[in-house]
Amino acid sequence: MRLTDDEKAILAGEAGPARQWAIRHQMAVGQFFDAPDFVPVGQAHIMADTESLGEAGVAWLEELAALRAPERRVRVPTITDPRGLDPGSYKRLRQTDAMAAIEARAIAAFEALGVLMTNTCINYQTVLPPVRGEHLAMGDTGVVIYSNSVQGARSNFEGGPSALAAGLTGRTPRYGYHLDGHRVGTRHFQVRQRPRDLADWGALGGIVGKATNSYWEVPVVGGVESWVEGPPNSDELKHFGAALASFGSVAMFHMPGVTPEAPTPADAFAGRPAPQAVSIGAGDFEAFYAGYAAAGDKVDVVVFAAPQLSLIEMQQLAGLIDGRHIHPETSLVVTTSPEIKFAADRMGLTARIETAGGIVAAGVCFYQSYAREMAEANGWQRLLTNSAKLVNIIAGYGYKPTLASMERCIDSAVAGKIV
Amino acid sequence: MPIVLKCHRGLGPAVTGTALVAQDNFSARYDLDRLKGTFSRPAHKLCGQSYVGRILVLQTAKGGVASAWMLREMAARGLAPKAIVFDRTNTILAQGAAFAEVAIVDRFEAGDPTTLIRTGDEVRIEPDAGLVTILNRD
Repeated sequence: MRLTDDEKAILAGEAGPARQWAIRHQMAVGQFFDAPDFVPVGQAHIMADTESLGEAGVAWLEELAALRAPERRVRVPTITDPRGLDPGSYKRLRQTDAMAAIEARAIAAFEALGVLMTNTCINYQTVLPPVRGEHLAMGDTGVVIYSNSVQGARSNFEGGPSALAAGLTGRTPRYGYHLDGHRVGTRHFQVRQRPRDLADWGALGGIVGKATNSYWEVPVVGGVESWVEGPPNSDELKHFGAALASFGSVAMFHMPGVTPEAPTPADAFAGRPAPQAVSIGAGDFEAFYAGYAAAGDKVDVVVFAAPQLSLIEMQQLAGLIDGRHIHPETSLVVTTSPEIKFAADRMGLTARIETAGGIVAAGVCFYQSYAREMAEANGWQRLLTNSAKLVNIIAGYGYKPTLASMERCIDSAVAGKIV
Repeated sequence: MPIVLKCHRGLGPAVTGTALVAQDNFSARYDLDRLKGTFSRPAHKLCGQSYVGRILVLQTAKGGVASAWMLREMAARGLAPKAIVFDRTNTILAQGAAFAEVAIVDRFEAGDPTTLIRTGDEVRIEPDAGLVTILNRD
């Protein structure tokens, strides 16, 4: 890779051992992906919950945190993805004091590095929204796909170590979605039925994701521009993108007429001939839901998460649950970012949800917070959610997931069984 | 003559081991029981099998940024695969392998390695040279 004088100095250790580790790590990854050089980034976003860090990861962070301040502090705004545990709700979720202790160690280490503990996977809605053309080092696949596609910013999936490295050096190897050539549409889908709600948007992401199934493919999703109801909103695209990234490892999509790099289908394919479109209609949605259906089953836990809820989703949920009571044999867990939680507390939304028997957790996103241990401690197996991303990923932790709209999730939580 | 497969330059140390192959994908967070060292997602083709010390040969890495931390943590507990061979990886597993110093290669000239390498094959991985050698077959 071509290095600037500053980068050569970092590599030589002149900016301390943390930045030297960082640039070595970035060069190994950059060479793997044939990056010609580095590109400066505007923000880094670190996925580093303690469940995935483990003791080895936390001890490694603590070594960096013990360096002198000029050698350890990040060079660009660096923020965090959801944590492993919420101090305000972990006892109600039957997480342990040992989990809280390792979480506290990780937070102390990150703070010593100058990292802002935003603890959110919806930073594009709530912290500092990326802008078109801005290079970023974002962790969390849902954040990357939203930043690339909806905001026209440029990021690869950056795992925790790589995102931290980008924070420390202020740059990232220029490969993948930093380059124009990778951002051109390669697959083509035509949606015949407008999704009715957030669960449907996630289902659509799942359908397109399963069919695309590669980090290096860019699906173009047509049909949206003709809908009389208008374009999808941020929450709808959030669920669509999160599911698309989860089911297909996809980092970017175009939606002609909606996303900024594709005013028209021709723009989405950069003037190249569009591939034959795969049609997606009512039958595809029905088949997607049927893969997770469990009508009549007792429901152990209803989860609203993955991604964290926006303030608007919190209000929708509170409106559906007002004056009702969650079944005593069923738990209801809602996750959002710390900032949205403050807003929801202030506006009375948290109280409305918790009066009905729900738990509102901040700075976590359920699946990143010891999901297997929570299942065992609470006796949870059947999980109901309106997040297609969550139904895709939670089975590996021993859950049996079912997908339904927010309304049906609440009705089922009240009934104690899937209705 | 062993079978020599050329691939893109990879990452990590040269290693030799026994292959565990499936026409399926990989996510450390969603597919594995990392405490037992086995595949645990019921729909995964290797569900129930141990990956510890094996050369894993799969098609692609799936969503799940956490895998970047998890490989190092698995290696620290002695419960990591010896190397990972993909048809085409996403960025996360390459970053995670770099962090964990676990060998990883992808992009084979002869096509999808899950169709070229069989479970039980003795395989030599040389990431710097971009070579994978199947030692037990001609």
